[in-house]
Amino acid sequence: MSMAVPADDDVLVRIDNLVKYFPVRSVGLIRRTVGHVQAVDDVSLSIPRGKTLGLVGETGSGKSTLARCVAGLIPVTSGRVTFDGRDITNVSRRAMRPVRREIQMIFQDPYSSLNPRRRVGAIIGEPFAIHKTASGSARKRAVQELMERVGLNPEHYNRFPAEFSGGQRQRIGVARALALRPKLIICDEPVSALDVSIQAQVLNLLADLQRDYGLTYLFIAHDLEVVRHVSDAVAVMYLGRICELGPKEQVYRSPRHPYTNALLSAAPAADPDAAAGRQRIILAGDVPSPIDPPSGCRFHPRCPKAQPLCSETEPQLEVQAGDAATHVTACHFPVMAGENLASAVRSELS
Amino acid sequence: MAFAGFLLRRILTGIVVIWLVASGAFFLFFARPVATVAHQLAGRAATPQVINEVISNLGLNQPIMVQYWHFLDNLVHGDLGFSYYSGESVNTVLKQDLPPTASLVVGGVILWLIAGLSVGIISATRPRSLFDRSSSVAVLIGLSMPVFVVGELLILVVFVPLNQHGFHWIQTGYAGLTQGFGTWTGHMILPWISLAAVQAAVYTRLTRGQLLDTLGEDYIRTARAKGLSERRVTFRHGVRAALTPVVSQLGVDIGQLLGGVVVVETVFGLGGLGETSVQAIYTDNLPVIIGFVIIAAAFVVVANIVVDVVYALLDPRVRIT
Amino acid sequence: MSISGIEVGGREAVAAEAVLDVTKVEGRSQWQLTWRRLRQDKVAIASLIIILVMVVLAIAAPAFVAITHHPPNVTYPNQGETAAGNPVPPGTAGFWLGTDGSGRDLFIRILYGARISLFVGFVTTALGAIAGVTIGLIAGYFGGFIDTILARFTDAVLAFPYVVLALALAVVLGPSLIVIIGVISFFSWAAIARIVRGQTLSIKEKEYIEAARSLGAGPFRIMFLDILPNLLAPVLVIATLYIPTAVVFEATLSYLGLGILPPTASWGNILADAQNFYQVAWWYVVFPAAALLITTLAFNLLGDGIRDAMDPRTERIFAAGRARGRRRRGKRQVLADSAAEVSHVMPSVPPAAGS
Repeated sequence: MSMAVPADDDVLVRIDNLVKYFPVRSVGLIRRTVGHVQAVDDVSLSIPRGKTLGLVGETGSGKSTLARCVAGLIPVTSGRVTFDGRDITNVSRRAMRPVRREIQMIFQDPYSSLNPRRRVGAIIGEPFAIHKTASGSARKRAVQELMERVGLNPEHYNRFPAEFSGGQRQRIGVARALALRPKLIICDEPVSALDVSIQAQVLNLLADLQRDYGLTYLFIAHDLEVVRHVSDAVAVMYLGRICELGPKEQVYRSPRHPYTNALLSAAPAADPDAAAGRQRIILAGDVPSPIDPPSGCRFHPRCPKAQPLCSETEPQLEVQAGDAATHVTACHFPVMAGENLASAVRSELS
Repeated sequence: MAFAGFLLRRILTGIVVIWLVASGAFFLFFARPVATVAHQLAGRAATPQVINEVISNLGLNQPIMVQYWHFLDNLVHGDLGFSYYSGESVNTVLKQDLPPTASLVVGGVILWLIAGLSVGIISATRPRSLFDRSSSVAVLIGLSMPVFVVGELLILVVFVPLNQHGFHWIQTGYAGLTQGFGTWTGHMILPWISLAAVQAAVYTRLTRGQLLDTLGEDYIRTARAKGLSERRVTFRHGVRAALTPVVSQLGVDIGQLLGGVVVVETVFGLGGLGETSVQAIYTDNLPVIIGFVIIAAAFVVVANIVVDVVYALLDPRVRIT
Repeated sequence: MSISGIEVGGREAVAAEAVLDVTKVEGRSQWQLTWRRLRQDKVAIASLIIILVMVVLAIAAPAFVAITHHPPNVTYPNQGETAAGNPVPPGTAGFWLGTDGSGRDLFIRILYGARISLFVGFVTTALGAIAGVTIGLIAGYFGGFIDTILARFTDAVLAFPYVVLALALAVVLGPSLIVIIGVISFFSWAAIARIVRGQTLSIKEKEYIEAARSLGAGPFRIMFLDILPNLLAPVLVIATLYIPTAVVFEATLSYLGLGILPPTASWGNILADAQNFYQVAWWYVVFPAAALLITTLAFNLLGDGIRDAMDPRTERIFAAGRARGRRRRGKRQVLADSAAEVSHVMPSVPPAAGS
């Protein structure tokens, strides 16, 4: 429940008990609220300066919503977001303005995150215009420097996004995010829409920039291998809650939560021999609706290890036996070393 | 029962709208210098004596809110005022003018709907055929024409030559149903066409477009795959779905319809509500104009309620709102 | 030569983004592309030429007065009327298109009528576009309560019978050009606002708008710098298609005597008087009617042409809006939007019915 990532005095972002519910309204003249989409349900995280927290989950897990809450793009239902020591939860737009220079976002879809009617130079230069930090030729120079830094040809300043490939468009997005030298960049599945070969290049770019500018990343993805490459710490989300959280090596080497195990088993392995030896864990059923989440542990309907307790009590994030203090899991029956979850699944299904 | 609530809400809203329009008209006309108002009420030809009479009869020197109160009071009792110009109550004047207008509206709307929908449906079921192409051209020309031009051209091209050659069935001016169905239609056919032509063009396009899109949807393909005849597919499924936006468009167009009515009555000299109101401008006959404004508002409101009801019947989802 | 921007076999050669030989590389904007496509549409170009000719003729009307020596409001009871007091046919006594009921030069009056019509058409459309775009943007972007109020107000205005308004204004202000511009502008903004609102609603959800918000852009910046450029295309089409509606409106109002009154020439009041002479002077009806029809037809065709040139798959925009619009906040107004956003149909501007 509390910070599992190494509790550092130098924490840039702290999320405490964040809750975000979207009301569901009935159709009609007088719209009553008939339910809530529980997108994010009591999440607490922290991200130290200069580090990358990878946030993984399926579609509907709430990771994008969480990102937008941190970025201040959507209001928070309850909980607190602290940035660089300041409480930025649900502050006014005016109060948020200076913060916006320090928190930026990179979006998933390179084809819709850039305004098709504006030239690339204007797009990248917009942060300067909004915050009035540079204008005229100084701005143009700054934009061209940015373009070069991310690997674009600065002479394409006047081109339209349509004239660039997907990978290049993401670079434009990165340049735009980098313009004001932010402290935190929230990357919302920045490479999911790109070809695999391009993904590596963009990821390398992000890593370089982090090193050069001391950036902190909140990196959201659904692909565990991508996250492994970039993150220092990893958080796994399911249906609005964190089910496992810890330093990268720990989570990858000894995943405790059944869901984490399933995700890892599904990731394509680079080494075909290792892949052949590995057994896929196939989960039954679909992701339930966030409007009416399952009782107790939200994962229990699909979990191969589910017991009656799992549907009654919600597990809390705790350090499991043999784990480092910073590796926490929310599970009543975590997967221990040597356990073969795949066979457990097969016996369930047979 | 939800339906009754729906209807009730519409009616209440309608009453509010009529009240708002009447009030708006009232303040627009009466919140002006007393002399101006009196002059307009009395009519252009009024003598100073009549004007003074008007001022005292109608209490034009009273505070505006008092006048407003009397106005509303009269309205609720169905009294729309007195036309000094013709020396009769406005109610009488309007009642006389109702038959031509009613004939025109009923015939015109039926004609436009039938023409518009059928041409639209046929065009959609035979896209890019000769029929479709020629109707598209006709539609484009129709859309570009003002109603009064259609009317004048019809007179020039149909009425005049026919009459010169001895065919007297088609006439201008109005003849009531009481004078025989043949005579009535003979007088009304050109006005109906004039009123309907442009609107039919709009609706043809609308229907065609809607139907084309609906017919392209998956559930239509399913119906066809099930083996339903093309006609059944088109009508039971396609048209019904395509019809709903057309119906809603109808509600919006009622306002346009009134304009068309006024114009057509003027072109053909039908002497209905529309023509009388326009004439009232020339003669400075304010009471008639006020009466027309209120009647027009009432008509639009009622028509919209009817359209809403029809719409709700077509689309059950709307009934709860 | 650089191959930047081209993915070669799926692998983007970053290193190949060498400097191009050309010193300045500019992309072709949407407008340039549109113009190129438009140029190839013969019908649209023909319409454009016709419109330009009309405009030139209207502006040059005084020149024609100098040539024919017939000012627009001067009657010629001797050469300009027959013994019975009827108009003379085209070609008589230096009247190129004949005379009107009072013996005035019909051709000249048609030219002056063109001035009024085109002026009203452009001005009311321009006013309506500015007001309509602003209101549509605000309603669409802010949503919620503001949107509900503005949207319902817009619908109420659109449904309002214009005749009633024209009558009312004519009573209070007397028939005049002001009444006409007032009435038409009153409706033009509503027609445009409705479409702009619909477009704004869908554009608002795009990721680049979210990106702008995350950068700290304020609502007005987003509305006018991010959303508006994406709206200009549909707005231009709507505006071009509204001009003929405005022209017809003016003609109708003048015809009814609620707008421009004689002796000032307007196609509407010319045609009104022409009715008295249709049995003896066909030219009095045919030529003004032809002028009116040609003008409106040309604008309609041009509007269609621009719409097709903007984006060959334009109907997809409207189709997408319609599909989304089907998910009801349940009311006729939204469905009337759908009705408007039908492929090949422009929105429900009060149709050229000018009824």
